[in-house]
Order: sequence, then structure tokens, then C-alpha cells
Amino acid sequence: MTEPVFQARALTKTYRMGEAKVHALRGVDLEIRAGEFIVLLGPSGSGKSTLLNILGGLDTPTTGDVRFLEHQLTGASEAELTRYRREHVGFVFQFYNLIPSLTTRENVELVTDIASAPMRADEALAWVGLRERLDHFPSQLSGGEQQRVAIARAIAKRPQVLLCDEPTGALDYETGKLVLEVIAKINAELGTTAMVITHNAAISGMADRVLRLGNGRIVGEEKPARKLTPAEISW
Amino acid sequence: MKSLDRKLLRDLWSLKTQVLSIALVIACGIGGFIGSLSTYSSLVWSRAHYYDTARFAHVFAAAKRAPQSLVAKIHAIPGVSEVETRVVRDSQLSIPGVVPPMIARLIGYDFARPAGMNRLTLKSGRWPAPGAKGEVVVNQRFLEARDLRLGQPMNVLLNGKLERLRLVGTVLSPEYIYATRGGGMPDDEWFAVLWTGAQALAAAFNMEGAFNSVLLRLQRGTSPDAAVEALDRLLEPYGGFGAVGRADQVSDKILTQEINQQRVFGTVLPAIFLLVAAFILNVVLHRQVNAQRGEIAALKALGYDDLAIAWHYLKFASVIVLLGVAIGVWLGWWLGNAMTGLYTDFFHFPEFHYRLEPWLLLASAGAALAAAFGGALAAIRGVVRLRAAEALRPPAPAEFRPLMIERLGYAGLLTPAQRMIMRNLERKPLRAAITVAGIAGSVAILIAGTFWGDAIEWFMDVQFNRVQRAQVNVGFAEPVSRDALWELARLPGVKQVEVTRAIPVRLRAGHRSYRTAINGVADDATLLRILDAELREAKPAPGGVLLTTRLAERLGVAPGDEVVAELLEGKRIKAGLRVSGTVRELAGMNAWMRLEDLNRFAREGAMVSGAGLLVDRAQEATLLERLKQMPAAAVVIVNRTLVETFRETSAKNVLFFTAILSAFAATITVGVVYNSARIQLAERAWELASLRVLGFTRGEVSVLLLGELALEIAAAIPLGFAAGYGLAALLLALMPHEMIEFPLVISRTTYLYAGSVVVAAGVASALIVRNRIDNLDMVGVLKTRE
Repeated sequence: MTEPVFQARALTKTYRMGEAKVHALRGVDLEIRAGEFIVLLGPSGSGKSTLLNILGGLDTPTTGDVRFLEHQLTGASEAELTRYRREHVGFVFQFYNLIPSLTTRENVELVTDIASAPMRADEALAWVGLRERLDHFPSQLSGGEQQRVAIARAIAKRPQVLLCDEPTGALDYETGKLVLEVIAKINAELGTTAMVITHNAAISGMADRVLRLGNGRIVGEEKPARKLTPAEISW
Repeated sequence: MKSLDRKLLRDLWSLKTQVLSIALVIACGIGGFIGSLSTYSSLVWSRAHYYDTARFAHVFAAAKRAPQSLVAKIHAIPGVSEVETRVVRDSQLSIPGVVPPMIARLIGYDFARPAGMNRLTLKSGRWPAPGAKGEVVVNQRFLEARDLRLGQPMNVLLNGKLERLRLVGTVLSPEYIYATRGGGMPDDEWFAVLWTGAQALAAAFNMEGAFNSVLLRLQRGTSPDAAVEALDRLLEPYGGFGAVGRADQVSDKILTQEINQQRVFGTVLPAIFLLVAAFILNVVLHRQVNAQRGEIAALKALGYDDLAIAWHYLKFASVIVLLGVAIGVWLGWWLGNAMTGLYTDFFHFPEFHYRLEPWLLLASAGAALAAAFGGALAAIRGVVRLRAAEALRPPAPAEFRPLMIERLGYAGLLTPAQRMIMRNLERKPLRAAITVAGIAGSVAILIAGTFWGDAIEWFMDVQFNRVQRAQVNVGFAEPVSRDALWELARLPGVKQVEVTRAIPVRLRAGHRSYRTAINGVADDATLLRILDAELREAKPAPGGVLLTTRLAERLGVAPGDEVVAELLEGKRIKAGLRVSGTVRELAGMNAWMRLEDLNRFAREGAMVSGAGLLVDRAQEATLLERLKQMPAAAVVIVNRTLVETFRETSAKNVLFFTAILSAFAATITVGVVYNSARIQLAERAWELASLRVLGFTRGEVSVLLLGELALEIAAAIPLGFAAGYGLAALLLALMPHEMIEFPLVISRTTYLYAGSVVVAAGVASALIVRNRIDNLDMVGVLKTRE
């Protein structure tokens, strides 16, 4: 058994939306080990994005405790959270969030410039199979290509965790599978812990562990008997 | 209230800082426009009103001594409705405790009955009692400048006898709105105008039954030229010095020049203000509407027609403009009141009248609305043209391409952040250009509004350190023999003496004429030099007359031409003179001849009328005391005191304008920079928040946005310097400059000041925006698409 990367205890998160209080998390306990491939499933409003944001240092819990390795994330300052994201976390978003004024290579360099021990930008792009399109701007790339650039950008810093929020949500079937293959390969070959939020239950076949969220709580946990490759799954 | 109007109110509220900053830019434009123009019209109206109620004369003439019997003949001149004669004499004045000598102009006045012309307004004290000996009233400005009290004893030299006078009241006179001995500058501290009983003054100067000054009022619609000619002919046998119409009367001439300067200041600068404000308004509204593209599409999808949508955004624009107009009108009214007050004080008009004409409000509000609608409509047209579904989709991803510098192979020179900044600038060059132009506009306005201090300083330096290098100038009551030079040289503290001769003259060329003096200068003169605008020295050629370029233009003559000179003194020679050259002097309408040539022309021996002295400062006080006791030295001017008075007066005005203009320029800069930053932030929030998610710090993200603005400000400042220089040149070209030509001199301090104000305003706006960058919604961007 490897050491836990994340340890969360009794996490709650309450938002105020005007007059109303929204309980996004109502007490989540969680432990994630290094190298795990986790899929977070659940309907809209179940709290999966809130959980991912807290783990990624974009948000802080209202109560409860969350640790990343030896770092206490609860109560960390804004500057500490920024440093945490900069050094340890790779994000992949549904809408890629590339910088339109920078080329493929430069979008990756944006991260390698500020990380402490990054890989070279072209190396990161080789991982996602985009070595040939180094000098293209985002407007010259397809959606799948843009998402792969985003993944290259996320892994270039050699993060311990890769957090993906609906990475295939905006992509067609074929392209979506290609992107999942890249994430699986990184998880397998670099040993990066991966967490993927999805609506798509078929993806859970790829996971080491599937966490189901509902109404702000973890309502179920499954360990698939056999971990499938992206090529083996379909939806 | 319809829901669309409710949306309008909420949009305005959520954009309140931007709305206010745009409104303030408009307010500055309108405030400057209304303030300056209403000041101009108030001053014109005040002057007309004052001249009317005081029955200011139309024609003025002086002679040596003319008999009262001439009055009937003067009255018979066609067009003359009233004639008034009096005795006027300049004399040395001394007040206990004041060392430098002063000049008193004594004017005989009949206090027993209301004057037909040039009526005095009593400001304080009382009128001299009938028959009381030695009681006088003085012009208010002198009392204030000297800080005197009523009852103050003063001594004047009356016909060679020292006479004690008592100050019983202060007055205002339309004839001495500007009290000056004839130069272009007010010298209230050194020149007193005293009105005293007419009979007593006539008796003191043996002028009973005679006069040496005459005033005419003309029938309505009569041109003064014919009356001036006729009066000159009548007075010629009695030593007439040449009559002038109101337009050439010294005080009115300076006053008119000042008011006209106000008109240039009041039209050119505010027009540019209004233009810059309109331009910024146009741009900002254009961007604002573009930013609401999604909402417009949604409204279309809901079935609102283009007209309703356009009207909605025009209302949005109108609210901002009307807010700006309201603040601007108030600001203009306040500014106009303050400036009119400042000038009323300066000119000593008896009453304060401020008028704000309705057309000014309509014109400025109209200009602002037109600019706003122009900007809003252009943007609305672009958006409503799209089909609803098309508009609902976000605009196609921005296309970028490598920078010029990268295409040239220098890509490695730039960091990714720098590349982002540069590519953003390169992708929207027009937008960057507009921001740069707006900021450059405020720099230019600042420079053009504040360089006057530099120009005046330079002018003073040239006039008093290079042209008139004498420290003390002495004027004799009558021309005296050149031997006076030796007498002056023997006085204590005198290091150098140079004599001059000035003869009042009327120069004629064809139908044009001008009354001035011909100045005779010695060939080896060093204390009085003739310098052109480039400080090159000119000398009158033997036998000819050298004219100031402005005077030559006024007379329509060029070198080689002949002018007819009618000397108004001595043998009153009337003969032709060859114009040997012209010189672009900064001040005056001068005619210069060699001293001996002038004396030969006047058919007089070696005569002089004044002298310039270089003195030892340590002995200056003793020297001045001695000069006071010399009856021949009617006028003694200490140049240093002139400079000081002038500086004090101009400093007050310059400071006021600098403060106002700085506030305006800062407001415009904040308006441009802040709005530009806010709109950029709105457009790029998604990108910047993504960077924050990737681990970029607040500072690093701020650099991306604010770096662009910093570059724009950096580009705008030198451009603004150039534009300011051009604008200053334009203002100078438009200024009326009969007596003075201001040089285009802008000091480094002025440039530095203008640059600093704009940088400070830019930094202030950046700080406000920085606060918003710090609070970017990182979670939100992950879920929403750009």
C-alpha cells in the first residue's frame, strides 16, 4: 500500500447564494493514494466540482480538514495555495482554458517557466502526441488538440496529481477517447495520481476506484475487478 | 417600469464606477468649455456695462496747453456730442517709508457736479470736500498694491514745489482699469492716479483758463477716425500729442487684449477638451455595448426588435451623458464664477456680473450627446446585424499571429508574459492607438495649459536681462542737453549711464497710421539693446528707421519703403523716413533710430529724454533718494520692482489655471486608463483566472493586464509632449499679440510635470483595477466557456 496523497476529514462547504444557503459538501471523508486513478461520478449539484476545487487548492472548506502529503490545505493562505497549485497540481478543464495569444509551445512554457523541476515543453507535448504543432495558436487547433495541449500544460510541471473536470465534456467520441488515453498513459507511466470528474459512467471502467457523490456526500465506492484501457470502453 | 428599463438601471448601477469615470470626463470637457466661454462673455458684458454707466469717453487727446476758448470749436467737430477738458500732469510721488520713487498722475476733477465722462466710482472713504486744499482720491489698485490706509499723507512735486496731499478716498475709473504709465504691464505699486480739485490743480500748474487733456463722446454710430483727425488739427498749434480713439487708449487696449486672450483660451482649449471627452466617450460606449453582445442576442431571441434594443443602449448612453452634463454645467458655472471673480478683481470692475448663456449649455450637451450616440450606435449596429443564434455563440476565438519581432527571428528576447502583452497590442492596434491618443490628449492639454509660466519667465528674462539691461531708468520731464549724462554719472552708486531719446510720433504710410515714439539709441549702447525673437541684435542703419515687424505690418511697409513721421513734440517736424529694416521684437511697437540721426531729424541739438543706469545695489537707496530730489527726473523706474510686481500677478493666475487643468487632465487620464483596464479585464477575466488556477500569483497576472496599460502610457507620454508642443504653438498663433509676442518656450519642468500627472493618474486607475484582478473568480472559469 502506498502512502496517501490526499487525506480529507469531515469536509463541508456552504455557499451563500443571496438569501439561500447551499450545502455543497455535507461531510466528506476521503483518502487517495499515490498513483491511483479515481473517477468521481455524480449528478449535477452533487458536490464533485466543489470537492475537486478544494483538493486543487482553488477553494477552501467551510469546516473539516484536508491535507496533501505533508501540506495542510485547510487554513492555508492565498499565497500558500498559489504555491501549492504551482508546484503540485495539474488541472485539465472542460473548456481547455488555453491562452489564445500564445502558441502551443508557449502555453506549455507558461507553466515550465514558473515550475521548479519541469520537463521540457516539447517533451510534454510529445507525451500528448502534439510535437508537430508546436507553433500553432489555439485558434488553429481542433478541440481535441486543444485539450491535449491543456493536458501537456498540466503535466509539464511533473505534478503529483492531475485533476480533470469533465475533460471530455466538450469533445466528440473519438477525440474524447484519445484524450482519455493520454490521461491513462500519464497515470500509468508517470505514476501521477489522477482524478477525473465525469457524467459519463462508461469512463469508470478505467478507474482504480470510483467514488459516487450525491447531495454533498460520498454515497458509494467501487473498485472495478479489472481496470479497462480506454480502447476497451465505449459509450 | 418596463423590465428593460429595470435592466438599464441595474446595468448602470453595476457599472457605477465606470459610469462615473466617463461622466467625469464629459464633465471636464463641458466644465472647461462653459467655464471659459462664460467668463469671456461675462467680461465682455461687464466691460460694456461699466463703460456705459461710467460714460467712458470715445476719443482722448493731450496737448501742451490749449485755451478753453477752443472748446466751442471742438464741439463743432461733426459727430461730437460732448466735450470735456481737464488738466492732467505726471509728477514724482513719495510716501514716507517707500524708498523707490513713484509716479503720480494728477487729474483735475470737478467733484461738485457729476462728470459728463469717465465718471469715478467711490470705493471707500469720501470725496474731497469742496475747496479743501490737498485732498485727493486715488485709484483703488494703488491703495491695495501699496497696502495704504485712508488719511495717508503723501508728497508730490507740483511745478517744482513739494506739496503735501491727503488721501480721503479710493475710486475706480474706466480710464484706468489698467493703470500703467504706458507700458504693456500694470505697475500698480509704482504708479498712482490721483484725482484732485480741478481749480486747485490748474492753479498749481498755471493752467487757469487752459487745459492739456480733452475727452470726447461721439454720437451713436460715428466712427472715431474723423473726429481724431479733426481734433488733431485743432490741437496742433497748442502742442497736441495726437488724439486716439477708444481702441488705442492704453487701458482699454490692454483690457481688450486680455479679454481676447481669454477668448482664445476659452475656445481652443475647451474645444479640445470637449473633443477629447467626446472621443473617449465614443470609444468607451462602443466597447461597453460590444461587451454586452450576449445580452443583446438574448434580447433578440426573446423577440425584441433592433429599434427597441438600439433605443435601450442609447438610453444607457444618455444617462451617462446627462450625468456628465449635469456635473459639467455645475463645474462650468463654478469655474466661470471663480474666473470671472478673479478677473473682476484683476481689472477692478466696480460690479461683479456673471452670465451663463443658455446656448453654451445646449451646445455642450449637444456635442456630448452626439459623441455618445455616435459611439453607441456604431457598436449597436455591429451587434444587431448578427442573427440571434450567431450572436448567442461567443465570438470566434481570437486569432493571433507571431509578432513582427518574432518573424524577424528575435523571439527569444521575450518572455511568454511579454509575448502575451505584445501580441494583444498587435492584435488590436486601433484600440491601443485610441487609448494612447486619449492619454496623449491629456498630456497635451496639460502642457498647452501650463507652459505660459515658462513663456512669461523667458519673456521677462529677455526683456529685463537682455533688452533693458539698465537697472534704473530715468525719464526727464522735458528733453535736456546731453550733458545730463555727466550729472547722472556723478550720483552715488552709478556705474554706467547711457542716454536715450524718445519722441512721440505718428507714423503714416498711405491711409494707415500708428501713434508711437521714435527711440534714439547710441551706436555703442549696451544697456538698451534691440533683440529679435532669436535674441539676435539689430541696429538701426544710418539715416533710416528700424521698425518692429508688427509695426511694419500694421503700417503695411517693408524695408526700403518710406513712412511719414509726424513728431508730436518740439518743432513738430513732419517728413519722410526710409525704413531701413524690421526686427521681430518680442514686445512693443517700436521705431528705432540712431540717436544723432533722430536729433538731426528733429532739428535739435544733442538732446536726450531719458537715461538708463547700471548701479551698485548697495548704494541704490541713496541714489533713489537723490533722484527724487532732482526736479528734472520726472520718472524713475526700478526694473527689479517691475519684474516683482509682474511675477506676483501672473503667478496667481498661472497657479489657478495649472491646478484646474491638472485636475482635468488627471480625470481624463483616469477615465481612459480605468475604462480601458476594466473592459480588458472583462474580456480577459477568463484567461487571467485560468492563469491563476495554473498557479500564477496575483502579481504575475496583474502584470499581464497592467503591463499593457503601462506600455500604452509610456507610448502616450512622448506623443503627448509633441502634441502639447503643437497645441501650445497653435494657441500662441491664435493669441492677439499687438504689444507682446510670447515665445514658444516649454521648460523641462513643464514636460516632467505633465508626464508625472498622467503617470500618477494611470497608477491610481491601475490600483483600482488591481483590486478586481485580486478577486478573480477562479472556480467560475472552469465551468464556463469564454
